[in-house]
Amino acid sequence: MNTKVLVAPSPHVHSGDSIQKNMYGVVFAMLPALLFSFFYFGLGALVVTLTAVASCYLFEFLIQKYILKTEVTINDGSALITGILLAFNVPSNLPIWIIMIGALVAIGIGKMTFGGLGNNVFNPALVGRVFLLISFPVQMTSWPVSKGLTSGYIDVETGATPLAIIKEGLKNGQSLSSLMDKIPSNMDMFLGNMGGSMGEIAGAALILGLAYMLIRKIITWHIPVAVIGSVAIFTGILHMVNPEAYAGPMFHILTGGLLLGGIFMATDYVTSPMSNKGMIIYGIGIGVLTVVIRVFGAYPEGVSFAILIMNAFVPLINVYVKPKRFGEKRK
Amino acid sequence: MLKTFSIGGIHPAENKLSAESAIQVLPIPQMVSIPISQHIGAPATPIVKKGDEVKVGQLIAKSSGFVSANIHSSVSGTVFKVDEIMDASGFRRTSVIINVEGDEWLEHIDRSEELVKEISASKEEIIKRVGDAGIVGLGGATFPAHVKLSVPPGKTAEVLIINAVECEPYLTSDHRIMLEKGDEVLVGTQILMKALEVNKAIIGIENNKPDAIAHLTKLAANYNGIEICPLKTQYPQGGEKQLISATIKREVPSGALPIEVGAVVQNVGTAYAVYEAVQKNKPLIERVATITGKSLKNPSNWMFRIGTPVKDIIEAAGGMPEDTGKIVGGGPMMGKALSSIDVPLTKGSSGLLLLPREETARKATKACIRCGKCVSVCPMGLEPYLLMVCADKKDYERLEKDAVMDCIECGSCSYTCPANRPLLDYIRLGKGKVGQIMRARK
Repeated sequence: MNTKVLVAPSPHVHSGDSIQKNMYGVVFAMLPALLFSFFYFGLGALVVTLTAVASCYLFEFLIQKYILKTEVTINDGSALITGILLAFNVPSNLPIWIIMIGALVAIGIGKMTFGGLGNNVFNPALVGRVFLLISFPVQMTSWPVSKGLTSGYIDVETGATPLAIIKEGLKNGQSLSSLMDKIPSNMDMFLGNMGGSMGEIAGAALILGLAYMLIRKIITWHIPVAVIGSVAIFTGILHMVNPEAYAGPMFHILTGGLLLGGIFMATDYVTSPMSNKGMIIYGIGIGVLTVVIRVFGAYPEGVSFAILIMNAFVPLINVYVKPKRFGEKRK
Repeated sequence: MLKTFSIGGIHPAENKLSAESAIQVLPIPQMVSIPISQHIGAPATPIVKKGDEVKVGQLIAKSSGFVSANIHSSVSGTVFKVDEIMDASGFRRTSVIINVEGDEWLEHIDRSEELVKEISASKEEIIKRVGDAGIVGLGGATFPAHVKLSVPPGKTAEVLIINAVECEPYLTSDHRIMLEKGDEVLVGTQILMKALEVNKAIIGIENNKPDAIAHLTKLAANYNGIEICPLKTQYPQGGEKQLISATIKREVPSGALPIEVGAVVQNVGTAYAVYEAVQKNKPLIERVATITGKSLKNPSNWMFRIGTPVKDIIEAAGGMPEDTGKIVGGGPMMGKALSSIDVPLTKGSSGLLLLPREETARKATKACIRCGKCVSVCPMGLEPYLLMVCADKKDYERLEKDAVMDCIECGSCSYTCPANRPLLDYIRLGKGKVGQIMRARK
C-alpha cells in the first residue's frame, strides 16, 4: 500500500476553535445591544454603525495592503468588533466624518502601529473613542433623546446622561435626593430608557450578551465580575458614608458605559491579562479608577479612561501575577 | 460533585468507537520483531543469537540495570537474526527477529483460565517476579513496574492508586480489561498492595465508563481495601500527578515522585499483567490494544503477541481506510505518529489510531491573540504562550524559572489554541534544551 501519511508530534487533533469563531461569537453577543440601539435611536444608530464598521474594514485593508504590505487579515472579525464597539461608544447623531476619524485612529494608531491583532497594548475602539472625546467634546457629549424607530440622524433633540445630571447638579450645590427625581428609575436604566452612547444604555441587552459569551466559553467571569463587583463595593461604601453626596451602587452600575466596558471592552483578549488572578486585579483596577474619575474627577464618566489606564498595566500584571502552579507550596 | 484534578483540563470528543467490542485474540504472525528497548531506561541485553530455538515465554534479552526490563519471546520458533530495524519511534533499534514455528510454551506457565485468588508469594517474591516478567507501565509510559514497587528507604507508601482513567479519546483497551478481566485486575491490585505493604487501594475510573464502574464496584465487595473512585471525565486525568490530585487531593511537588505524597500509581493493564506474572508465571508477552478510527471498518480490541507488525492489527480491523492521513501509536493527544506500518507492536502499544486526512492536517498558524485559553487549560498551571515565546527566543534561563520542566506534554494547550499555534512543539524543544543545561550543571 502506498498511502502517504503525515508524521508530526502530538497532539494529533485540535479543538476546532479559531480566532474567527471567538470574534464572531463576540459580535453575536453584541447583537442584542445593537438591535436595541436601532430601535431606540432609529436611523442615526444605523448610519453610525455602518459608517464605523465600514471605515474600520477600509482602513485596516488599506494599511495592511499598501503601507505594511502584509497579509490582509480583515476576515478575522476583529475589525468588525472594533467598528461596532466604536459605534457603541458615540452618540447616535455623530457626523460621518467624525466617525471616520475615530475609525482611523482606532485601527491606524490603536492597532496597526503596534503590529496588528495580538500586539496592541490599548483597546483600539477606546483609543478611537477617547481621541474623539478630547478632540470633539461638544459633538461627543450631546446625546439624542429617543423618538424610537422614527428618530432622525443629525437634527435631533438632545439631552444629558444621568451621570452628567448628577455631576452638574452636585457641583451646583444641589442635594442628591432632589437630583434623583430628574433621572430615570433603575428599571428604566436597566432596560435602556435613558440618554447615552448608542451601545451603553441597555443593561439588560448587554447582560444577555455576557451570558452568551460565558456559556460559549468565549470569556471567563473574572473580568466582568471584578469590574462590576469593585464598582458596587466602592460606591456602596461611599453611599453608606454620605448618601446625600454619593449615589448608590445600582445607579453607578446601570449608568454610563460600565456594563458595556466591563463586559465587552475590558474583556478584549489582546489587552487584558492572561491569568485568572491577573484578570481579577485588572478588573478591580478598572472598577476603582472608574469610580474615582466619576466621583472625584472632572469628567462625569470614567470607564474608558480606566480601561485604557489598566491596559497599560497589563504587561506588568502578566510578568508579576503568575497562575498557581500545580504542586506549588501554598504560603 | 464528581472528583477531578485541581487545575485546568479539557474535554475532547471521546470517540470511544470500540467500547462495545470484546477483546479478540490476534492470530500469531509468521515473524515477530521484538525490540530490546520497549521501556524507559537502559535497553536489555540480547542473550540469543541467530539460529537459536526459542519457546513462548523464554527470556531473550536480559535487563541491564535497575531501571531496565527483561524481554521474553512471545512466540516459539527460530531466531532469524538479531539486527537493527525501525521501531515505532522511527529510529533503527536492535531487535530480535524470530521465525514462528508452532506455539510451544514454556512448561511452568499456567495457561488455564482459572482464577487464582490466594496470594502465596511474599513481598520480595512479588517484586522479583514482576521484575523477572519484564512488566512495564502499560498505560503508555512503559516505566519498569518493579522500580515503582521498590519504595526508596525513608519513604512510605500509604495508598496504591490504580489508573483506570483511560482519558485519551478513542482508546478502550483498559475499559475492556476491566469488563472482561475484573477479578484478575482486583487480584493483581491486591498483589501490588502486598508488595507495597499498603492496606488501601483506589481504582480511579472516569464516569464515561459507567459499566466498568458498576462491574468493578460489585466485584470489589469481595476484596479487602479496594475502593472504586468514579471521576469526572476530564483530560489529562490519566497523568500520574493529575490522578493523585483527583483521587486523594494531594499535589505532588514540582520535580518530585508520587511517593513524596505517599502514593504509588499503576495502570489497570499493569495490574492484570502483574496477576498473570505472579499467579500464573506468565511473563509480559502479550497485551491488549485498541485499533480504531472513524473511517475504519471495524474498530476493535485485540490481544496481540509483542512484536506483531502493526499492519496485522490493521488488517484484522478491516484494512487501512482510503482517507488515512496519520497513523498514531497510542491516543490522539499523546500518541506518536508512525512513519511505517511494518514496525512492531510493543509493550507500550495501548492502541493504534487511523486519523482521516482532513482531521489531522494542521491549520495555518496565526498571531497569538492573548486569549489566555492555554493558561486556563494547562493542568500544571504553566503559561504555554510564554514558554513558546521563550523557547523561540532561546531564553532558557527564563524557561527554567517558569517551570518548563513541569510540563507533562499533555497537549491541552496546542489542542485548545484558537490561533493554531504549535505551543507544545516549542515547549518540547525548550524542555530538551533546559534539561541538557540542568544535567550539565550537576
